[in-house]
Amino acid sequence: MIPEIGRAASLVALVLALGGAVAATAGGRTGRSALVEAAQRAGVGVFVLISFCFALLTYAFLTFDFSVRYVASNTNLGTPFYYRITGVWGALEGSIILWAWMLALYTLIIVLRHRETTREFYPWVLAVMLSVLAFFLLVMTVAASPFERLAPVPADGRGLNPLLEDTGMITHPVALYLGFTGLTVPFAFAIAALVTGRVGDAWITMTRRWTIIAWYFLSLGLLIGGWWSYHVLGWGGYWAWDPVENAAFMPWLAATAFLHSVMIQERRRMLKLWNISLIILSFTLTLFGTFLTRSGIIASVHAFTQGAIGILFLSFLALVVLVALGLVALRWDALRAQGELDSVVSRESAFLLNNVLLIAATFTVFFGTVFPLLSEAVRGVKVSVGAPFFNQVNIPLFLSLIFLMGVGPLIAWRRASTDNLRRNFLWPVALGFLAALVAFGAGVRPTLAVLTFATTVFVSATIALDFGRATRARRRTGERLLPAMGGLLLRHNRRYGGFLVHFGVLVIAVGVTGSHAWSVQTETTLKRGEHAELAGYRVRFDGLSASEESNHAKVTGAFTVSNGRVLDVLRPAKKFYPQQQSPIAAVDYRLGLTEDIYLVLGDFARDGTEATIKLQVNRLVSWIWIGGVVITLGALLAILPEARRPA
Amino acid sequence: MRRAWRWLIPLSAIPVLALLAYGFRTNPRDIASPLVGRPAPAFALTAFDGTAVSLEAHRGRVVVVNFWASWCYPACYEEAPVLERAWRTYRDRGLTLIGVDIQDKREAAEKFIRDFGLTFPNAQDLTGKVSVDFGVYGVPETFFLDRRGQIRAKHVGALTDEIFRANVERLLAEPEGKPGPA
Repeated sequence: MIPEIGRAASLVALVLALGGAVAATAGGRTGRSALVEAAQRAGVGVFVLISFCFALLTYAFLTFDFSVRYVASNTNLGTPFYYRITGVWGALEGSIILWAWMLALYTLIIVLRHRETTREFYPWVLAVMLSVLAFFLLVMTVAASPFERLAPVPADGRGLNPLLEDTGMITHPVALYLGFTGLTVPFAFAIAALVTGRVGDAWITMTRRWTIIAWYFLSLGLLIGGWWSYHVLGWGGYWAWDPVENAAFMPWLAATAFLHSVMIQERRRMLKLWNISLIILSFTLTLFGTFLTRSGIIASVHAFTQGAIGILFLSFLALVVLVALGLVALRWDALRAQGELDSVVSRESAFLLNNVLLIAATFTVFFGTVFPLLSEAVRGVKVSVGAPFFNQVNIPLFLSLIFLMGVGPLIAWRRASTDNLRRNFLWPVALGFLAALVAFGAGVRPTLAVLTFATTVFVSATIALDFGRATRARRRTGERLLPAMGGLLLRHNRRYGGFLVHFGVLVIAVGVTGSHAWSVQTETTLKRGEHAELAGYRVRFDGLSASEESNHAKVTGAFTVSNGRVLDVLRPAKKFYPQQQSPIAAVDYRLGLTEDIYLVLGDFARDGTEATIKLQVNRLVSWIWIGGVVITLGALLAILPEARRPA
Repeated sequence: MRRAWRWLIPLSAIPVLALLAYGFRTNPRDIASPLVGRPAPAFALTAFDGTAVSLEAHRGRVVVVNFWASWCYPACYEEAPVLERAWRTYRDRGLTLIGVDIQDKREAAEKFIRDFGLTFPNAQDLTGKVSVDFGVYGVPETFFLDRRGQIRAKHVGALTDEIFRANVERLLAEPEGKPGPA
């Protein structure tokens, strides 16, 4: 029964979403509130229906209902309980339903929060949200239904992709999709602003927090993806410039640019056109990413199965781009800038430069990602663009961006005086130079690493300087140190939340630099009792053991790690899933603040006397995850309601 | 509508969209094997029936090496009858067909051979060395070798009668001494 009920519910949801979108549009045009209320009810109804579909599918997974094709393809009787739940979004069809559910959730929140506050925009925002929802529901009913019936019903299913049996996979797609779908909200407000012609600052003020939330989830999704790649895939890296990683990274870059440039519009009434364009770009890039992952046009480790869904996505992408840019053309005159740049040495220009760099990075990543396609179209030659290209072009851009992180928040608006520059930057610059000298003198190489550390020290110093100065000012009024600091964070939560996020990015930059510059690895075959040596560590092969898990067979190695004294016993394994073409390596590692010992089991002799291992000592990788935690704290702080209401 | 040029803004997106649409016509998985045009890696295995199977022994004949596994459903199940038919057709015309079973349980593989009544030599690659040497990514994959032992073509996925015939006829038509492309 489940397939039929599920199909019916998604079909009704589709009709409701379409009807709601039409009603909202009509309501926006005529101003009749009855229409808008109907659309609103439709939005709530869609949320209820998709939630129901989601619950139904989860139920089918939990009860092993193999009459549902999607369940049979992505689970089997041996799949552990948790992965039966995450299996719901483990493949194409389920990812679409998760996506639609989040979009419906955001729509519901808009209904609850903005119903009364934004009379002019509200119908159009609803119309956009419901249209996007209708599209995903169309995909869900026509091209990738999770409720296909499978007949005859098999005795057991095929099982989840073993690589997805990991806690990272519980959270990575959820966070990433919350980010992707979250960007729909500011986009919907931007379209509402364009349609109504009220392209002032209202839409930005209303969506500021939405943008931060979406940005945060996107960042979190990327970081968890990196963590998953690092501890599951066994190649010792966290980022490979894979087309689909890029697909998630591009909207992040564009959204980061947007997040910064809106501040200039709020403050100086500049950049209207630019901001509208950035949010359109961010949103279309999320669609582009989805298209890339699900159309199969570019080879990638992430690629879902292909099919008619690609054409649907491309058509929708085309519709969105053409309508949005058409509206921009229509409102061209109203969008043109009013403010002017007073001086090149000012916060405005620092922010502008930040935007230019971020968009340059977005473009580079886009170009590198679609270049194989372009090359095949134009020259008929298949090429692949790898990490060297992306690194070479992006590292200077990112380094400059980090430098600007130090300049932007402290430099004066309009025109910075020499006094302002000296007051804010003398010490940080001096410290940066000092750090460079010390690092260079201490033998830190390569030069790029020295440069990154010096820049990091410079930016950290600007943050410390600003925070220290503000704390001192409050202490002068008689506050004690800790209350002064806490009060500062809460009262100026936006500013200091931003600083904290910046600091998190610095920590990540150190981690990325360290891991690239100083990680070492070796590959060797050991007989039992023999050991390998790397970077002061000794890894001794103690033996192999075999075990039978609920849904796979496993061969586990035991390796004693020591550096003079015994530190740990690592147990990397190889997992053999009957449905999988090649065995899956299960990495074991010992994480540390400065270095991780990372061990992968390769081939082995069946009698357990010999094993090939890949041993890595990865430097400073943990800093990346720590940076992620710092960013989380900073984003939370920035999202908090502002204690001080803006006048 | 004073300035018509602003409508170029939406129009500028069209080339990018067109490029993406072009992507549907390409298959990113269709990547030529670097082994094509090179001598096939030598191997010597023991067949399920106990006889020795080596590539060396068949120099001078056109050789087809097929990698499969009993758990590879449905592709290997689809192509097994194709292979058996081809073997019966070409074995007397100078063709050798060797099946290499990888990452499999012996009993399951033997049942597979029995079920499909396969009569060409099949051997298990116990150590995985042969599949690594041939750069096998997944099963099924099939390599077509000319009389000089060079890999001339690689097919990924289930074979059909047409694909098999097209590749083999071409190689059988070549005289023994003729050098293949570098």
